[in-house]
Amino acid sequence: MSVVEMRAACKPGDYKSDIKPIWCPGCGDYHVLMSFSRAFAELALPPEDIVVVSGIGCSSRIPAYTSCYGFHGVHGRSLALATGLKVTRPELTVIVASGDGDGYSIGGNHFLHACRRNVDMTYVVMDNHIYGMTKGQPSPTTEPEFDTALSPGGTGLRPFHPLVIALASGANFIARCFSGEPNQTAAILVEAVRHPGFSFVEILSPCVTFRPDEREWKNLVHAAPVSATNDPAKAARRIMTDDGFNIGILYRGDRKPFQPPVGQGSAVDLAELERDFEL
Amino acid sequence: MTVVAGTPKVASLADLFAVAYQIEADAVERYDLLADQMATHNNPELVAVFRDLSRAEAIHRDEICRLAEGVNVVVHAQRMASWSRGESPEAASLDEAHYLMTPWHALQLALAAEQRALAFFKSVAESTKDPAIKKMADEFVEEEAEHVNLVHRLIRKYPKPVDNWYTDPDPPVSQE
Repeated sequence: MSVVEMRAACKPGDYKSDIKPIWCPGCGDYHVLMSFSRAFAELALPPEDIVVVSGIGCSSRIPAYTSCYGFHGVHGRSLALATGLKVTRPELTVIVASGDGDGYSIGGNHFLHACRRNVDMTYVVMDNHIYGMTKGQPSPTTEPEFDTALSPGGTGLRPFHPLVIALASGANFIARCFSGEPNQTAAILVEAVRHPGFSFVEILSPCVTFRPDEREWKNLVHAAPVSATNDPAKAARRIMTDDGFNIGILYRGDRKPFQPPVGQGSAVDLAELERDFEL
Repeated sequence: MTVVAGTPKVASLADLFAVAYQIEADAVERYDLLADQMATHNNPELVAVFRDLSRAEAIHRDEICRLAEGVNVVVHAQRMASWSRGESPEAASLDEAHYLMTPWHALQLALAAEQRALAFFKSVAESTKDPAIKKMADEFVEEEAEHVNLVHRLIRKYPKPVDNWYTDPDPPVSQE
């Protein structure tokens, strides 16, 4: 089958499972799921060649809602799992899904080193600036003055800046999307998957239950005024000074992805490893 | 009025049928998704409203297939570019949904969706130079205008909810 025929044959619905999502109505993650299936259809990849890996949290439910292979891993460790998978099965397309709690707090350290390692995979963080699954505690991206039951008057802490951290740590592709623009998000996900190396896509995905104020995000987002750059210094200045609602591809680097040789003597011999673990 | 940027280009009658079909099919899918969400969150009144809306859109979708006669609208719609920005006009907004919403809110979503569809077909009718496309687009405009009026009438049957309708002292925790 040619690529054109394959593309015509792939429909977004083919990438959705029969499991009905249990996210709250109004949750931005519904749109992200839609963007995933649209992007996969555009990429014309068979579902069995895609693996969606996640950690813990509302956003991390997403693998179950796709028809691709999935791994609902442990809290904050999705990137570690995905890295192992990608370096041993480089022919697979690996997408990692996370949230701002799972990805920036519990998994914050893995985030830095995944950017640094630059393995060819796509990391999607659905950022709602709150821990939704556990009823609304402040996350690393929560605004300092945001009042919650657990942080009356706000945390007073400076929010984590994921795009700058990703850039400084070596991510090879950086973009920001808004869940309410599923077609645009799908198009950016396609670019992210196609770009070699570690692609980081932050999706602003409102939590209408614990952050009803985020319904306003749709009025705040706007297209990035300039096209993506491959100059990290220029990208850093733009990302550091934007308002957090700039949507688009912000950085496209040209670092060579990390891929250790597989099956050429240096790869782990599983039988040998098993023998080593014998008591 | 001009055709909104980022919308599929309607260059033939077959294109118009395909786009119209897709608009209605997307609306059906969206209402079903909203009904499923409400079922998960135990809001049976809203499940019934969204299922009714879905059924109504399915009738329109099937009617377009009948009108299109020789055109395989499903295949044709897949070949056409879709909305590159925003969403299919008649797909009710997902972001406006809430587990505590009432039929009044559901009908407000439906009203906005019908108004977007009406605006889309108007833009096609006003921008085309092809008389056949214009004639059919005008028919769609008339139909969508009827739907807008119908939803307005339905909304009047339900009281407007109080301002803090979404307040819940014990919001849900995701279910495993």
